[in-house]
Amino acid sequence: MATEVILPKVDMDMETGKITQWFVKDGDTVSVGDVIFEIETDKAAMEVDSPASGIIRDIIGKEGEDTPIGVPVAWIFAEGEDYISQVGGASSASSSSDAAVPEVAEEAVPQSADNPVLDEPSGSVSVKGVRATPLARRMAREHGVDLASVTGSGPKGRIRKRDVLAALEAKPAAVTAEPASAEAAPVAPAARDMAAVDARTRSLFEPDSFEEVAHDNMRRTIAERLQESKQTVPHFYVSVEVELDALLALRKQMNAESDAFKISVNDMMIKAWALALRDVPDANVSWTQTHTLKHKHVDVGVAVSIPGGLITPIVRSAETKSLSVISAEMKDLAARAKERKLKPAEYNGGTTAISNMGMMGVSSFAAIVNPPHSTILAVAAAQERIVPKNGEASIVTMMTVTLSVDHRTVDGALCAEVLNAFKRYVERPMLMVI
Amino acid sequence: MSNTYDLIIIGSGPGGYVTAVRAAQLGLKTAIVEREHLGGICLNWGCIPTKALLRSAEIKHYTDHISNYGLKLEGTITADIKQVVARSRGVSARLNKGIGFLMKKNKVDIIWGEAKLTKVGEIVVSKPSKPAVEPQHPAPKGTLGEGTYSAKNIIIAIGARPRSLPGIEPDGKLIWTYFEAMKPEKLPKSLLVMGSGAIGIEFASFYRSMGCDVTVVELMDTIMPVEDVEISGIARKALEKQGMTIITGAKVASVEKQADSITATIEKADGSRETQSFERMISAVGVMGNIEGLGLEELGVTTNKGCIEVEGFGRTNIAGIHAIGDVAGPPMLAHKAEHEGVICVEKIAGVPDVHPFEKSLIPGCTYCHPQVASVGLTEAKARERYDDIRVGRFPFAANGKAIALGEDNGLIKTIFDNKSGELIGAHMVGAEVTELIQGFVVAMNMESTEEELMHTIFPHPTLSEMMKESVLDAYDRALNA
Repeated sequence: MATEVILPKVDMDMETGKITQWFVKDGDTVSVGDVIFEIETDKAAMEVDSPASGIIRDIIGKEGEDTPIGVPVAWIFAEGEDYISQVGGASSASSSSDAAVPEVAEEAVPQSADNPVLDEPSGSVSVKGVRATPLARRMAREHGVDLASVTGSGPKGRIRKRDVLAALEAKPAAVTAEPASAEAAPVAPAARDMAAVDARTRSLFEPDSFEEVAHDNMRRTIAERLQESKQTVPHFYVSVEVELDALLALRKQMNAESDAFKISVNDMMIKAWALALRDVPDANVSWTQTHTLKHKHVDVGVAVSIPGGLITPIVRSAETKSLSVISAEMKDLAARAKERKLKPAEYNGGTTAISNMGMMGVSSFAAIVNPPHSTILAVAAAQERIVPKNGEASIVTMMTVTLSVDHRTVDGALCAEVLNAFKRYVERPMLMVI
Repeated sequence: MSNTYDLIIIGSGPGGYVTAVRAAQLGLKTAIVEREHLGGICLNWGCIPTKALLRSAEIKHYTDHISNYGLKLEGTITADIKQVVARSRGVSARLNKGIGFLMKKNKVDIIWGEAKLTKVGEIVVSKPSKPAVEPQHPAPKGTLGEGTYSAKNIIIAIGARPRSLPGIEPDGKLIWTYFEAMKPEKLPKSLLVMGSGAIGIEFASFYRSMGCDVTVVELMDTIMPVEDVEISGIARKALEKQGMTIITGAKVASVEKQADSITATIEKADGSRETQSFERMISAVGVMGNIEGLGLEELGVTTNKGCIEVEGFGRTNIAGIHAIGDVAGPPMLAHKAEHEGVICVEKIAGVPDVHPFEKSLIPGCTYCHPQVASVGLTEAKARERYDDIRVGRFPFAANGKAIALGEDNGLIKTIFDNKSGELIGAHMVGAEVTELIQGFVVAMNMESTEEELMHTIFPHPTLSEMMKESVLDAYDRALNA
């Protein structure tokens, strides 16, 4: 039996991927581990290795097309194995039934359609290890349950009705977060209403007065995540002004010491913020329905603007790292983020985030919390201001930072406490390096 | 220590012997204890010999109506009850011998005698305390005898026996249980059957086909009370048309015995009483677990309502002691016992991914004429448990094969949860439905929705086409009705 080459799931949130480039063509000989194609996920580009050695045939995953994860995009025939076309009735990758992406599956094929490489008795279709009964698949679709996250209790791990029901009971939050149908979540507008809204939006403009740009995965992810955050996370915002002169002076001094590093203001913000959260650990938390997760380390996501959107690579355990380490790490992460070469592990998770628009000259702004974080620190531009000091006007470099907070986990007083800790590190920067 | 095993199974009915074979397949050193007959009630005094009797009845039914098929019979067909019984015993004997062969082939030791649990992991086998039901098939050769045997795990699979009502206890002569009803020396002219469950109604159907006057008395309002009301209603009409008298919502209040007959007082729900004489009577008021005399109490094994309490994989409250089949509780069906035994022993052997079965997926079959078969919820129960159901019906009268067979009376009924499309019940009455039901059992076990069933191609012309039509009808899409 030929080995399926599937579109892998490389990221928790990932539902579809786009093959950006094939490095092999039909009939090529490949070995295990050879890079055979590249995909663009929501956030990054990934190279995919060959799962087997042999001759690659029936490359049906097309470049530039959104393809649901888990579906076969090509097949590899072992040496000496007879070639039997695997394409058969299902004519393209997107028409294979996929339990993990039910919306797509429903649209593309009837329930009973054969998977082209069905290697088990009918009744359950195997897609990237997801085996589920027809009833389980239908219930998952109706209740918005991701079958890939459900453990099957049937023969060979087949997901049965009871497993979907158990998943529904176990995590109502996760399930209601992404309702798949209007019936399951009455508050969510039905898909056809959305289409009507879109039509109305277009009708407000002259037909030729705009260009249409289809959403890519990153745009869609940004839209979904932040809309969900704004709708479900009760935000509040607290701003504080900090004096920057001491920090700028220390930075100058440090960078003069060696050519081995060039510490940026942003690097120092990361460090100061990480130390502040270390000192006020009650603010370094994540909300879940039943518990607050108190993190033992401060993993700081740093928003990096890239063409077409932004991505938030994470400096892990930033409170334990020296400025030079943070600086080197950020440089590497930002460079690879711009090339979309980050690994999912480098941008998934985190306990907090920083968004710095200082270099763009904004005087202040507020960011949207990105769960599972409870906080995001918005850093604005440093500006010289005349400030009264000891009854005299003095020129001081000031900066406004605004902390956006999830009120479910962090209350006002705690927020003020952590901001003041941050202010202390920034205004007495020697504390950062001690 | 040759008397030490990995597993000892007490009782060689369908639950016990199947479990023994599976245990042997899994490499367990296994012994099975039997005091009377390999194959248990099912094979010797239940499922199998009754099917042999009912086959004779069925053939007689056809020959009684032979002109319906354009055939002419010169002379008469009469039941030679001795030969009918002899055939039934022969069928049983052949299978009984087969079990001995299966045990030998799988290297399962047979211990002949009655077992008592003396302590956890140990049994003492001695002579049976109860006389065997005659006629007995010859005991297998090469069995082990009385003595003490030990095993890490013991599975109790000793089944059930007829329940009796006080004052109407079976005597084996005038008031029969299934044992006597299985081997009549002559056909009684008139017969009272108390209870219309599967056992009662099958014997009623058999004796009616053989020409006896049969009266069935049932306490509940419908015959075969566990079945869907619509289905049992159709069965009742057909049986009454064959000349059976059926009194529901009534009980046998008392029985007086005469030399060669009984007089029964039948009391209806409204309190009215009626006295009638019958040559013989069958008591078929259910079965009860064999929990006595095994030493369960002494060991502290928990029992409840005459059955051993088990959880999940046949485990009792005492580690190392398991129970399966009738003795472990209802439904008391051979196929339930078999499956229970298999998962019990797989769990013992540490087979990965063993799952308890779902009771809602156990089918039930009754082999009267017309046959009745079902799985899952009745329509009434489905309405209780689900807000929104769909019910499909398809009559035999609209099926080509049924008409060609001359069997145009019957119905196939399917019940779906309208929200999920889950098939939650299937009920059938009519020719060969006991062989049809399995299609729906597979579908339910695979968790098919209406969609898969609608997209399954059923061969034409068959009775099974009615199954698909019934599904289509549930969604207002029946093609031939």
